Amino acid sequence: MVRFILRRLLQVIPVFIGTTLLVYYMVFALPGDPIAALFGDRQPPQAVIDTLRSQYHLDEPFWVQYGLFLQNLFTSNLGNDFTGQPISASLARVFPVTAMLAIEALAIQAIFGVAFGVFAGLRRGGWFDSTVLVASLVVIAVPTFVLGFVFQLVFGVQLGWAKPTVGANADWGSLLLPAVVLGLVSFAYVLRLTRASVSENMNADYVRTATAKGLSRPRVVLAHILRNSLIPVVTYLGANLGGLMGGAIVTEGIFNVPGVGNKLYQAVLRSEGPTIVSIVSVLVLVFVVANLLVDLLYAWLDPRIRYDQ
Amino acid sequence: MTTPEVRIDEAGTTGVRPLLEIRDLAITFKTGGGDVQAVRNAHLSIMPGETVAIVGESGSGKSTTALAAIGLLPNNGRVSGGQILLDGEDIAHASEQRMIELRGNTIGMVPQDPMSNLNPVWKIGYQVRETLRANGRPSGPEDIARVLSEAGLPDAKRRANQYPHEFSGGMRQRALIAIGLSCQPRLLIADEPTSALDVTVQRQILDHLDTMTTDLGTSVLLITHDLGLAAERADKVVVMYQGRVVEAGPSLELLRNPQHPYTRRLVESAPSLASRRIQAAKEQGVETADLLAPAAETAVADNVLQIQDLRKVYKLRQGFGKATDFAAVDGVSFDVQRGTTTAIVGESGSGKSTVAKMVLQLEKPTDGRILFDGVDTSLLKSQELFKFRRRVQPIFQDPYGSLDPMYNIFRTIEEPLRVHKIGNQASREKKVRELLDQVALPQSAMQRYPNELSGGQRQRVAIARALALDPEVIICDEAVSALDVLVQAQVLNLLADLQANLGLTYLFITHDLAVVRQIADHVCVMEKGRLVETGSTDDVFESPRQEYTKALLNAIPGAKLMLPPEVA
Repeated sequence: MVRFILRRLLQVIPVFIGTTLLVYYMVFALPGDPIAALFGDRQPPQAVIDTLRSQYHLDEPFWVQYGLFLQNLFTSNLGNDFTGQPISASLARVFPVTAMLAIEALAIQAIFGVAFGVFAGLRRGGWFDSTVLVASLVVIAVPTFVLGFVFQLVFGVQLGWAKPTVGANADWGSLLLPAVVLGLVSFAYVLRLTRASVSENMNADYVRTATAKGLSRPRVVLAHILRNSLIPVVTYLGANLGGLMGGAIVTEGIFNVPGVGNKLYQAVLRSEGPTIVSIVSVLVLVFVVANLLVDLLYAWLDPRIRYDQ
Repeated sequence: MTTPEVRIDEAGTTGVRPLLEIRDLAITFKTGGGDVQAVRNAHLSIMPGETVAIVGESGSGKSTTALAAIGLLPNNGRVSGGQILLDGEDIAHASEQRMIELRGNTIGMVPQDPMSNLNPVWKIGYQVRETLRANGRPSGPEDIARVLSEAGLPDAKRRANQYPHEFSGGMRQRALIAIGLSCQPRLLIADEPTSALDVTVQRQILDHLDTMTTDLGTSVLLITHDLGLAAERADKVVVMYQGRVVEAGPSLELLRNPQHPYTRRLVESAPSLASRRIQAAKEQGVETADLLAPAAETAVADNVLQIQDLRKVYKLRQGFGKATDFAAVDGVSFDVQRGTTTAIVGESGSGKSTVAKMVLQLEKPTDGRILFDGVDTSLLKSQELFKFRRRVQPIFQDPYGSLDPMYNIFRTIEEPLRVHKIGNQASREKKVRELLDQVALPQSAMQRYPNELSGGQRQRVAIARALALDPEVIICDEAVSALDVLVQAQVLNLLADLQANLGLTYLFITHDLAVVRQIADHVCVMEKGRLVETGSTDDVFESPRQEYTKALLNAIPGAKLMLPPEVA
């Protein structure tokens, strides 16, 4: 078990170097001059350009720039972005916001997706099942930005149940509406996965045996159907957590959430190599940890899974 | 058809009321193609403390009848007529609440397949505890251990903390018996409780179940496809066929003097009761009969396969990078004579299938040689190996798994011809038609898909496919184990006919000694990777030398039943 976790954490090293190298190279290869972009239509004096270039090491070759980035990383100094702010400070601002948003969205899709999925799966073909299936299809089919604007308009502006935009001071309450929008699409998938898994396990021999033992229906469902049905759902949720932490550019944009997605989008527009790569580095770590958690959760759900092999 | 004589022991003979009485039971399934009556006019009764067996093939309605008695019909099934009287109370339409009260406490169940009937994610102890708790019985660790050890599970306290995947099949079945009997029900429904187990384990488990139910005074409704087993274990036997009870009566009487034509066929073809090799094919052709007489009589032994000191060692991982060697096959040598059938018998884990895989060149031996027609097969180059495969063909156990569901029957049988680039489109089609004739399938089957065929028909397709390349040797790995008794008898007859007509050599891998008796000339008995006894079938069956072989033979259900010769 400990060996397994250690091995998984060691895998971070090649994954980390590979992804950062790739992203760094792609930013480096982007057409356009980031310094020129900073000044928009105005033409800055050549001396200013040269100073900025050497300050951000843009005049150095690719390997030197990448090496400097790694060096900075290990001295926990990520450098400054093009507006002069320390990158570490802006990361510390955006990641908690996105983490809150992701956790809320994940909780919504997990709790409601599993609960609805179980009810639909147990009564397959019933009215609840049919309604929920059609509704989930609608949610999957409608693009997020449409869903986002509609929710913003209806719940935020017309009904006034929630703040239509989040703004600088994001908290759990103000993030609820974007979290619902963000969670809805995955909610539909979780629901369908759970439903399929439940209706398959319902006919398993051990479920019949459990009933034959004289257990009540709720006990059979909770102890013998639900737990066995959660394995594929957990896989999906784990992969999804990584995606959510990467920031939802569209949703964060609509609700003006100061999160990772927004930051990343701006950095890409400005070709800010160090910022982009810093964000990606953190995301790599998040992905690895999320997948590790999923694997550990597997073992808890299904004791047949062993790690030492 | 009406079955006026099938009622057995109507209440009143001794003044005792039957514990379970099923009257005129009809069960209907709702399917895509309308309602299907799976059971009609079923009658049976079980007195307190009595064991009654329902015998029948798959689809006969035997399991459905039993499941109805514990209220566990699948969702699309319902009782559409008749009564199920439990101690006088009609439970055919009882409320779910009432059934939950009865299950476990009054009616227990031991299901068929120990591999799939325990929930893999809960410890054994937990699965026992929830049973005790749901039925309001003490459920402390001592109670769990007691229940498990009463079912014959050694070291029960420690075992209760293990998961099902850490148990062998026999141990799982003991755990399931423990669960079924944990609340001391008055009626136990045992649905093929041992059909997934080896014969010796089967015997131990059934003996133990007998002892327990006798001690507790439990009535048992035993569901089985095996007439020998039913006769040996039950006081009364009820024979079901196509949803009807066709015959019922005291076990021995029914076996000795079967009335209904179906029962008669069942008794005749029950492999556990058969005592002679299938000779029909050999007796047909007068001329060929001599040529095909057991090879022992021919002057020079013509060995098509020679297995010499074969070993297969697997590395078992132990964690922390350590591995121990496990010899699945350990120093096995035997010869297979051309035109004869050699059977390898053994229980699961004996290494018999590993031998088959190595002969088929699907696994590489660790040590030892396999000579085919005098040529060491390990030295074959890929081209020669390709030719070798033409001459040695397999038939596998599971006709559901070994046929590609997306290939129609024509494509399935034609594929080996195409792979080996034999003939053109027209000649291949002609060959497929011939093959279908040989295995007694209609040519109209060519355009059908495996899911449209029965198990026996599928196995015929598998045989036709194996024959397509005119092989000399056919390796049958449990080729009839998955089939119902009557179908099994038909397939065995077919194999015997084909051997007589085509001079085929069979290497027959099986756990079923009764099948060996019917088909084999020579037997090799394997235990834990080693060959413990070899000889001609008659010698091994009549005077087994090894204790293990004796134990295997004794464990055949019904082996000790005395039957008049004209039936056996």
